[in-house]
Amino acid sequence: MRFIFTRDTWQEIFGSIRKNKLRTAITIIGVFWGILLFIGLQGAAKGMENGFEANFKGMATNSIFLWGQQTGIPYGGFNRNRSVRIELGDTYRIANQIEGVQFVAPRNAKGIFDGAPPLVVNNLKSGNYKVFGDYPVIDKVSKKKIREGRFLNQKDIDEKRKICVIGERIQTELFAKGENPVGKYIKISNMYFQVVGVYKRNNTDFFEGDNSIFIPFTTFKKVFNTGNRIGWMVIAGYPDEDIVAIEEKTKALLKRRYSVHPDDERAFGAANLGEMFGKITGFVKGLKFTALIVGIATILAGVIAIGNILLITVKERTKEIGIRRALGATPGEIRGQIVLESVFLTLVAGILGMIVGGLLLSSLNNVAKDLDDFPFVNPTVSLEYIAMAIALMVVLGTLIGLIPAQRAVSVRPIEALREE
Amino acid sequence: MIQIDELHKSYRMGSNSLHVLKGINLDIKEGEFVSIMGSSGSGKSTLLNIIGMLDEAEKGSYVLDGVPIKNLSEKKAAVYRNKFLGFIFQSFNLINYKNAMENVALPLYYQGLSRKLRKEKALYYLEKVGLADWAHHLPSELSGGQKQRVAIARALASEPKVLLADEPTGALDTQTSYEVMEFLQGINDEGKTILVVTHEHDIADMTKRIVKLKDGKIVEDKFVEQVRASQYV
Ligand SMILES: Nc1ncnc2c1ncn2[C@@H]1O[C@H](COP(=O)(O)OP(=O)(O)OP(=O)(O)O)[C@@H](O)[C@H]1O
Ligand SMILES: [Mg+2]
Repeated sequence: MRFIFTRDTWQEIFGSIRKNKLRTAITIIGVFWGILLFIGLQGAAKGMENGFEANFKGMATNSIFLWGQQTGIPYGGFNRNRSVRIELGDTYRIANQIEGVQFVAPRNAKGIFDGAPPLVVNNLKSGNYKVFGDYPVIDKVSKKKIREGRFLNQKDIDEKRKICVIGERIQTELFAKGENPVGKYIKISNMYFQVVGVYKRNNTDFFEGDNSIFIPFTTFKKVFNTGNRIGWMVIAGYPDEDIVAIEEKTKALLKRRYSVHPDDERAFGAANLGEMFGKITGFVKGLKFTALIVGIATILAGVIAIGNILLITVKERTKEIGIRRALGATPGEIRGQIVLESVFLTLVAGILGMIVGGLLLSSLNNVAKDLDDFPFVNPTVSLEYIAMAIALMVVLGTLIGLIPAQRAVSVRPIEALREE
Repeated sequence: MIQIDELHKSYRMGSNSLHVLKGINLDIKEGEFVSIMGSSGSGKSTLLNIIGMLDEAEKGSYVLDGVPIKNLSEKKAAVYRNKFLGFIFQSFNLINYKNAMENVALPLYYQGLSRKLRKEKALYYLEKVGLADWAHHLPSELSGGQKQRVAIARALASEPKVLLADEPTGALDTQTSYEVMEFLQGINDEGKTILVVTHEHDIADMTKRIVKLKDGKIVEDKFVEQVRASQYV
C-alpha cells in the first residue's frame, strides 16, 4: 500500500494521463456529471427544506384548526343541518383529555368568516380591518414579529383591557408618517382602544396579514357580545405526536358533547396543518432520496465509463506494459498503477463536479435571495454526503479499475512485447 | 553464469505442436560475449526469451548465476529480470512519452531506487553511450542508432549480470550497427556477460563465441578471434 504515497507512483500516473489529455477529459466527464447532479440535486433539496423551515419558523406546525359547522346526519332527536358552535369550555376539555395536545388556542374574529370588518378610526383617518380576539398563546401558533411595543399578555386577558396590537399597514394608513402609535387611542366599532404594539407581516400567518388588529379574547367577548362561543380553535400537538390521531380523538370528543352522529363528517371542519407539513417534509424527503438515487446511478454509470475507457487504453498500452514487465515491473505494480489511475481519475472528476456543483448552488442561492416567497435558503450538501460520495468514488473506482488492471497483466510479457 | 541442460520447448497451435527447441545444452561463463546464429525460425529468439525469463521451457534445466529458473511466479520472474537481466530489442522498445533519461531510469524505478539516485545513474549511463546531451529528448526525436544506444543505457542501468540482445542491429544500417557493437564490446571488456542473437556474420564476428542453431539444436559452438568494431567506426 505504501506505493500510493510515493511521488514516483504519481509521476508514472501523471505521465500516462498527460500522454493523452483528450482521452483523460472524455474519461472523467461521466463521473463529473454524476457528482454535479448528485451535489446539485442534494443541495437543491436541502435548500428547499431550509426554505420551508425558514418560512415556518416560530410556527406550531403540528397543529389543527378546528371549527363548528352544520350536522350532516340527523341524530339524538335533532334534524340535520343543525348549526354546531364550539365553546370556550371545549378548549379546556380538549387540552385536558386528549393525549399529546400541547395547548389549545381559542379564537374569535370579526371580518373574516362572518360580517364585514369593523370600522377603525383614528382622528380623521379610518379604514375597515379584521379584528381578532386572542389569548397570548396565539403567539406560539404563529410567532408575531412585534416592531413597536408589545403583544397581548395575560394581564390584558384578566382585566379585559381595551388595548390592541395593530398591523403595520394600519399604522401607515391611520397614523402620520413617523408617528408612534403605541400609547395612542383608536376607535374600533366606536369603542376606544389603546394601541400597545405594532406587528410586522410574517409569512407564516394564515389570516392576519399586516392589516389586522389583535385584542384580548376576554375583551372581544365583552365588546362583541359573543358569550362563550368561539370562532375556531387551534390545537397544537407536541412536535412528535400523531396529529391525525389527535384530530380524530378531538372530533370524537366534540361529537359526543354536541350529540353529533359518530359518522358525521360535516359537523366539524378542520384544517390539519400537521398533515400538510408532513406532506411537505415528505416531499422534500422524497426529493432528497430521488436525488440520492439519481446521483448514485449517474456516478455508477460514470465510473463504468472510466473503466471502459481504461480497458481500451490498457489494450492500446499492451506493448508499453510488456516493456515495463520486461524491465522488472511485477504484476502487482502494474495492477496497482492502473487501479490508482482509475481511482485518481474518478476522484478528480468527482471533485471537479463538487466544485462546479458548489458554485452552481451558491449562485442559485443568490438568485433565490431576491425572490421573496421562494422557499430556497442555504442549499448545502452535508459533509456526510460528501464523504459518502468520495468513499463511493474510491470504492467504485477501485473495483472498476480492477477489470482493466487484470486485463493488463493477463497478457504475458512475451506476447505483449511481440505486439505491434 | 548460465547453465542450460537438455532444454526443450514446443508451441502448441491447436491440435498441432511445434517442437522448436529440441534439447539445448549451453554453458556460458561470466564475462563471455556470445552470439547465437541460425536461419529464421531456428528458435534463436525462443532460446533468448527463455534465458530472459520472458518464456518458460518445458523440459530441461536452466540455472542463472546459481539460481535454478523453474516454475517462477510472474512476480518472482519480474524481480529476477530486474535484478539479473538487461534487455536490448531489435525495435528498441522505448516508451514513447518518456524522454531518454526517464526511459533509462525506468528499471531503476522498479528496483525501488530513490529519484535522485535514479537520475544520477540514468545520466551516468546516457553519458556512457554518448547521449548525455539528449537526456531530455523524446524517442521520436532520436535516430535509430541513438534510440538503440538509449536502450543499451537502459539495459545497463539496472547493472544486470547478463545482457540479452535480440538482433540489436537488425533495424540499423551497417555503420550504426558497428557503433552499437563498439559499445557492447566496451561493456563486455568491463566484464559484463552478453548474449546477442544475430543474422549477420560481421556482427557475430565481433563477439567472442558463436553458437549456431539449426532446427532447434546447437549444430556448432566455437570460440572466435574477436574483430574490434572500433576499426570500422
Ligand atoms: N508464440 C508462438 N506461438 C507459436 N509459434 C511460435 C511462437 N513463437 C515462435 N514460434 C515459432 O517457433 C519457431 C521459432 O521461432 P523464433 O522466433 O525462436 O525464431 P528465430 O530463430 O528467432 O527466427 P528469426 O530469425 O526470424 O527471428 C518459429 O517457427 C515460430 O513460428
Ligand atoms: Mg527472432
